[in-house]
Amino acid sequence: MESCELPEPEEMTRSAGSEALGTPVRILIAKPGLDGHDRGAKVLVRALRDAGFEVVYTGLFQTPEMIASAALQEDVQVIGLSILSGAHMALFPRIMEELRERGLDDVLVVAGGTIPKADIPRIKALGVAEVFGPGTRLAAIVDYIRENAPRQSPLW
Amino acid sequence: MVAAEELLVRLRGSDRRVLPRLASLVENEDPRGLQALDALFPLSGHAHIVGVTGPPGAGKSTLVAALLSLIREAGRRVAVIAVDPSSPISGGAVLGDRIRMMDRHADDGVFIRSMASRGRQGGLAWATSGLVHLLDAVGFPLILVETVGTGQDGTDIVSLADTVVVVEAPGLGDGVQAIKSGLLEVGDIVAVNKADQPGAEDAIRLLRASLDLAHPVDGRSVPILPTVGVTGSGMPALLAAIDDHDGWLTESDQRSRRRERAARAEVLAGLRVALDRRLEAGPGRSPELASLVARVAHRDLSPRHAVDALTVALDAAASGRPIGD
Repeated sequence: MESCELPEPEEMTRSAGSEALGTPVRILIAKPGLDGHDRGAKVLVRALRDAGFEVVYTGLFQTPEMIASAALQEDVQVIGLSILSGAHMALFPRIMEELRERGLDDVLVVAGGTIPKADIPRIKALGVAEVFGPGTRLAAIVDYIRENAPRQSPLW
Repeated sequence: MVAAEELLVRLRGSDRRVLPRLASLVENEDPRGLQALDALFPLSGHAHIVGVTGPPGAGKSTLVAALLSLIREAGRRVAVIAVDPSSPISGGAVLGDRIRMMDRHADDGVFIRSMASRGRQGGLAWATSGLVHLLDAVGFPLILVETVGTGQDGTDIVSLADTVVVVEAPGLGDGVQAIKSGLLEVGDIVAVNKADQPGAEDAIRLLRASLDLAHPVDGRSVPILPTVGVTGSGMPALLAAIDDHDGWLTESDQRSRRRERAARAEVLAGLRVALDRRLEAGPGRSPELASLVARVAHRDLSPRHAVDALTVALDAAASGRPIGD
């Protein structure tokens, strides 16, 4: 019989989103504000799942407080904010403030959606690490998160 | 060993990151997490642990969210663990149960944690029980555990929960489905959700008829309650049934019996995992296994004979040499 190309089980469990010990990186994908479009967020959630991440999806219409509170209880390493409403300059500062209030300074925050280039420096100045605009390849986002997801301190 | 009192002070302190982080360490089997859990374990055993299980789409998360509202209105503290499946291909997971529960976001009396099943079948993750013990020890008096959407199998929740709520919905099957083995047998309470939809009355009648065919579970008849999670209709009755069951567990000897059953199941499950890991590290990598597998693949040897050969080798190893050498 021909040898087949299936990966060994061990390789399958140690996929992209997993660290050395098979511990998947946890990510929160959130839709802040009054923005009813989440096709992009769902595509990303699916791509991150397929890359081996554990993705908590909040659903639509989240307040900054809800997002920060979910990030805290779920103990995620990464938060992805998807926004298409144009309200990013109103919402992102409040989200970053809510995160800081809870001591979540070490969480990697990235953003995506329809964000004008001119706003990107100001968004990064808030502490958002990267902004992925329309047309970004999913693999680029996966790679970025894989390389930059912080290792959490145990707090013990 | 870390002192439990010291841990509790930190866990109940002002840094609200501590409990979620410890939950992660437990979930990831980090030694620091497991040691803390060992220290806290004697303080657990006081919470009422309620399992919520049922087929995918029956409305488990929505029902849990509606329960949360009622429980919080009564001023009671509550924790939720919501388990969703991990992908068998990538190991990743989409944890979407929280979507329905986001209204309860800013409330310190509610702790909601999503978990991926991480390869375990049966509706829970291996670390779910550890997380339950942790939340129990920290002092949550009520812990709701929402399982992966399960069908006719997937009854692991029985070995963890004091009270099992099975959530059904109209249109999921006929009277034969209702008398098959599995989920329905383990329910202490059955909620027929989406009870405002066509077929709900039929579903309730069929379920009642099938449960009447059986002997009452542990000498107690199983309430079948119509609910509509999205509107909250029927939810006070469901919460009352959950609390009633808690009372009944105390009055009868059922609580201690169930706790013993749960302890046994948890220890045996842990033992199986430990044995599995040993098998994978030792005989699982042996040339003997590889050659037997190759023979099975070529139809030279039946799978059963390969297992027999390996078991004999394991027995020999156990009586003398260390396993896996």
